[in-house]
Amino acid sequence: MGGIRFEVPTKENPVSSTPTLYRGHEGMWMWIVHRATGVAIFFFLLVHVLDTALVRVSPEAYNEIIGSYKTPLYGLVEAGLVGAIILHAFNGLRIIAVDRWTWALRHQKFLVWVVWGIFAVLMAGFLPRHLGNVFGGE
Amino acid sequence: MAAPQLSHPLPSTRKRLTPARRWWWIFQRASGVLLVVLIFTHLVVNLVLGDGVSQIDFAFVAGKWAAWYWQWIDFTMLLLAMLHGANGMSYLISDYARSKRSRVILNALLGTATAVIIVLGTLVIFTFDPCPQDADPGLLPSFCTEVGR
Repeated sequence: MGGIRFEVPTKENPVSSTPTLYRGHEGMWMWIVHRATGVAIFFFLLVHVLDTALVRVSPEAYNEIIGSYKTPLYGLVEAGLVGAIILHAFNGLRIIAVDRWTWALRHQKFLVWVVWGIFAVLMAGFLPRHLGNVFGGE
Repeated sequence: MAAPQLSHPLPSTRKRLTPARRWWWIFQRASGVLLVVLIFTHLVVNLVLGDGVSQIDFAFVAGKWAAWYWQWIDFTMLLLAMLHGANGMSYLISDYARSKRSRVILNALLGTATAVIIVLGTLVIFTFDPCPQDADPGLLPSFCTEVGR
């Protein structure tokens, strides 16, 4: 029982010059976005469990470290993280749809733009709220 | 030369996988759907409702984890997110780690980190005490004094 078999490109011709359905198009860029956001979210998750674990040390220790989440710099990082989660979440749903339904497969490029549209709408709603909390003072 | 057009779906990816990989393939999608619900709930409750990020402190966390359902929601989220993330990272390792040795080392590191974070997070959630005895009462949720704990 093997995994999936792929054609291995030769050393002389590592990238075929034949145009493909995929290369350089919406799906390829979203694949890169999906990987990059996935890695970013994974490493944040490791840190986030560790900082939350400070609730078992003392209320003071937790409040001190969580205070750094409320600084302008970290507030912007958090906004980026929320953006990464939105992109990864809705593109993940797009991947499921493309695997599952022929309609979605045929319209996979359009669905990439739907993901960017949802991202734009949700961030437009979230950013004023969040940045107001971060920069709005007490 | 124009790119080929998509006319018919390819044979299902799932059917070409080994049983273990197929199980992870299904898990990645099932957990993904659940995580969309869990994480957006987490973000809305913690960052949008109330005072957003400004409200988060020990008393806020204690207020949530005093309820058993928040403990179980957060435990489910921790478990699914770590397994989903670890499986995703293992795809990257098999794609980008060139030698067998680097794959073994990176997978061992990934497995260790995942296990440590899941165990630590689970212990933190279920051994959590919202009203520690010797703590400054001003930092605790208001119900700690109300019920005389």
